[in-house]
Amino acid sequence: MSAENDNVRKNDAEITSDQKRLRPYGDTMNDGKVQISFTLPVKDDEKGMEAASRFAKKMGIENPGIANHIPLDSEFTMYIIYGNVEHTVDYTAIQVSAANEKTMDMEAINDFIRKRIGRKVVFVGASTGTDAHTVGIDAIINQKGLAGHYGLERYEMIEAHNLGSQVPNEEFLRKAKELDADVLLVSQTVTQKDVHIQNMTELIELMEADNIRPNYIVICGGPRISNELAKELGFDAGFGPGKFAEDVATFAVTELAKKF
Amino acid sequence: MRKKLNLNQALVDKARTSAAKTAEDTQAFITKHTTVAVERAICRLLGIDGTNEVEVPLPNVVVDHLQEKQLLHMGAAYHIGNAIIETGLTPQQIAVEVDNGKLDFSRLKINTVGDAKKVVTPVAYAAIMRISDNAARRKDYLEEYGEKEAPLLYVIVATGNIYEDITQAKAAARQGADVIAVIRTTGQSLLDYVPYGATTEGFGGTYATQENFRLMRAALDEVGAEQKRYIRLCNYCSGLCMPEIAAMGALERLDMMLNDALYGILFRDINMQRTVIDQYFSRMINSFAGIIINTGEDNYLTTADAVEEAHTVLASQFLNEQFALAAGLREEQQGLGHAFEMDPEVEDAFLYELAQAQMAREIFPKAPLKYMPPTKFITGNIFKAYVQNALFNAVTVITEQKVHLLGMLTEAIHTPFLSDRALAIDNARYIEKTMRHLGDEITFSEGGIIQSRAAEVLEKAAALLEEIERMGLFATLERGMFAGIKRARDGGKGLSGVTQKGEFYFNPFIDEMKGGPAV
Ligand code: B12
Repeated sequence: MSAENDNVRKNDAEITSDQKRLRPYGDTMNDGKVQISFTLPVKDDEKGMEAASRFAKKMGIENPGIANHIPLDSEFTMYIIYGNVEHTVDYTAIQVSAANEKTMDMEAINDFIRKRIGRKVVFVGASTGTDAHTVGIDAIINQKGLAGHYGLERYEMIEAHNLGSQVPNEEFLRKAKELDADVLLVSQTVTQKDVHIQNMTELIELMEADNIRPNYIVICGGPRISNELAKELGFDAGFGPGKFAEDVATFAVTELAKKF
Repeated sequence: MRKKLNLNQALVDKARTSAAKTAEDTQAFITKHTTVAVERAICRLLGIDGTNEVEVPLPNVVVDHLQEKQLLHMGAAYHIGNAIIETGLTPQQIAVEVDNGKLDFSRLKINTVGDAKKVVTPVAYAAIMRISDNAARRKDYLEEYGEKEAPLLYVIVATGNIYEDITQAKAAARQGADVIAVIRTTGQSLLDYVPYGATTEGFGGTYATQENFRLMRAALDEVGAEQKRYIRLCNYCSGLCMPEIAAMGALERLDMMLNDALYGILFRDINMQRTVIDQYFSRMINSFAGIIINTGEDNYLTTADAVEEAHTVLASQFLNEQFALAAGLREEQQGLGHAFEMDPEVEDAFLYELAQAQMAREIFPKAPLKYMPPTKFITGNIFKAYVQNALFNAVTVITEQKVHLLGMLTEAIHTPFLSDRALAIDNARYIEKTMRHLGDEITFSEGGIIQSRAAEVLEKAAALLEEIERMGLFATLERGMFAGIKRARDGGKGLSGVTQKGEFYFNPFIDEMKGGPAV
């Protein structure tokens, strides 16, 4: 064994990540390098920089270096800071909740419905409350789908209704009843001041007040929706960006089959 | 500007003629009708403002009363005039009396239309004077400070709180913004009334109220005086209250208004009959007030593909132009919209964008086109977004667009932070400076990718407009030919607010305003 090889082996520990004490990576393993930027409502001077630096330290960044400070107005300054964080995370202890373990494809979903449910499953979806964004819910429901993933309308064993946008919660529930829905799909895009949380909470409250929550599988989705958030709000599941009709359908029909 | 695309002028003329005929046919329908929003705008211009105990705006109180008593076909102006003759009260006092049930228009003695006009005209004149004064004031400012050549840097504020908006708007103006648009809160476009007073709670935007307009106007005048630049103010004249918001904007000296003939139909599912009638009077007010409208073609490309559906943008620009002309808006007031929204994965997309932007400039040379940044293909990768915006800025400068709406690096995440806006202005100013005369140096290859693309889009737009001319506007919308969205003639919101005008209907503002800008 040559001396050179020996050297490589010795450095192995340093170039592999420590999964129990995970840190960000800049150009050297475990260097903990991060970049952040923020604005403080103060003028651009030494004192402001010191304030920015103290903020960075409180965020756990050692040796914050202010790479740039940009005055945005007489009393507002933006800081771009680099540094290394002292904190670590135990990666091995992390468990995340995903709605599905494995997503079925369109044909497998149709087969599953035929075998386990024995009739068409009715999905009713809308962009609810004051939200006017439809591209997300259309991607899930409409024939065409998105990025090569067909929407629910294309599924032989699914009857899908897209109610469009700005549908008030009461009307949404009325329609769901009228159409004899099994699964409700709620899309929320605008999240400023947590308007989506208010609106989704209201839906669940309305359902609980009418004792109809158990009648439906209720699923939400949108760019800022995670499965955790959805469950916290009383939904059965939540789907964010990069999820398509087959993901939602897999979850919904699997849950529904449990009732049959 | 020098023409570079070698466009087929005969085809441009043909497309324009088709659009003109479509607008003319629709106009025949428009002139026979009025709406609750048009009548409320008239009430506002006659000086009715404020709300009652349960926060219903008094213009709604009066118009709801007229509708309930089935008197709307004569128009609010007639009944207010008639009530002035009978009671000697001012329009505002009349509204209060209607609200507390002491005055019922259906029980008043009926005077002739001529007599009602005689008393209403001087009241209307006060609003006409105030709007003319505003237009004159704007002109004075622009003469005093001088006008920036182009492009005008346009940014939005959307905090939901008018006072926070003011902080952000002033900072943006100091950074170099020329136009501040206050985005409206979600849901306002579907309210069949305009909220009242200063507001601090909105989602994804701030309520358009007359008081909010006034507060922001004063703030921008203040920072304008300090910067020696006239800072333009923009808001949204759209939704169910289009003409009322036009009236409020004219009274408070707004400079630009989002004001599309079709947007509400397509993107808010507002009834098409209601929308076309409302857009007419709102545009007439904007025209008289010297306001530049912004049309919303860019929005089509958020639901339809920008490469495939580019011709629908051009077709809609032709239609918006003709509807605007019909309402008295000069070409110089027509901020027709278009956007840089192609999928960045498409090879040569930059060339197609350049072709589209140049084409719009050559076809609508006098219009202060409003060019919109990439939004749909902006992801959470803010670093890449900054590059996408830089490419967009390059096209803006090369093709000399007039109104330059700046793209935000955080477009996919939140409404803009103070810092996002500052970075966007920095990006735009850098490119504007470093590429200042690049456009003058460029010629496009004869029959090359850019010229061929423009020719193809024009051809498809002309064919589409021919079809629309044949079918009429309403049938076109029913078939989903714009943005892939289908709407029913009797569907959507607000149809119950449409009324056929009676024989003696009159609107005292039309004669004054139809001549075009006040100054
Ligand atoms: C297109 C667009 C519009 C179009 C919408 C056209 C239409 N018919 O939908 C128009 C121009 C009309 C528009 C208007 C507005 N918009 Co907008 N818009 C966007 C934009 C550019 C793209 C959104 C989009 O289409 N994404 C593509 C889809 C496919 O992605 P998605 O929604 O995430 O969907 C996927 C998943 O999330 C999931 N999913 C979504 N829904 C559901 C539902 C279920 C059940 C499931 C299972 C999954 C699922 O599946 C989809 C596929 O993977 C974003 C910026 C951006 N780049 O993200 C801003 C943005 C979303 N808009 C925004 C705002 C504020 C508005 C307005 C409120 C502005 C205003 N004040 O007028 C208005 C809306 C008014 C209202 N009443 O809501 C903000 C929201 C800020 C926030 N976080 O609150 C954004 C982020 C822009 C910004 N930075 O300001 N907008």
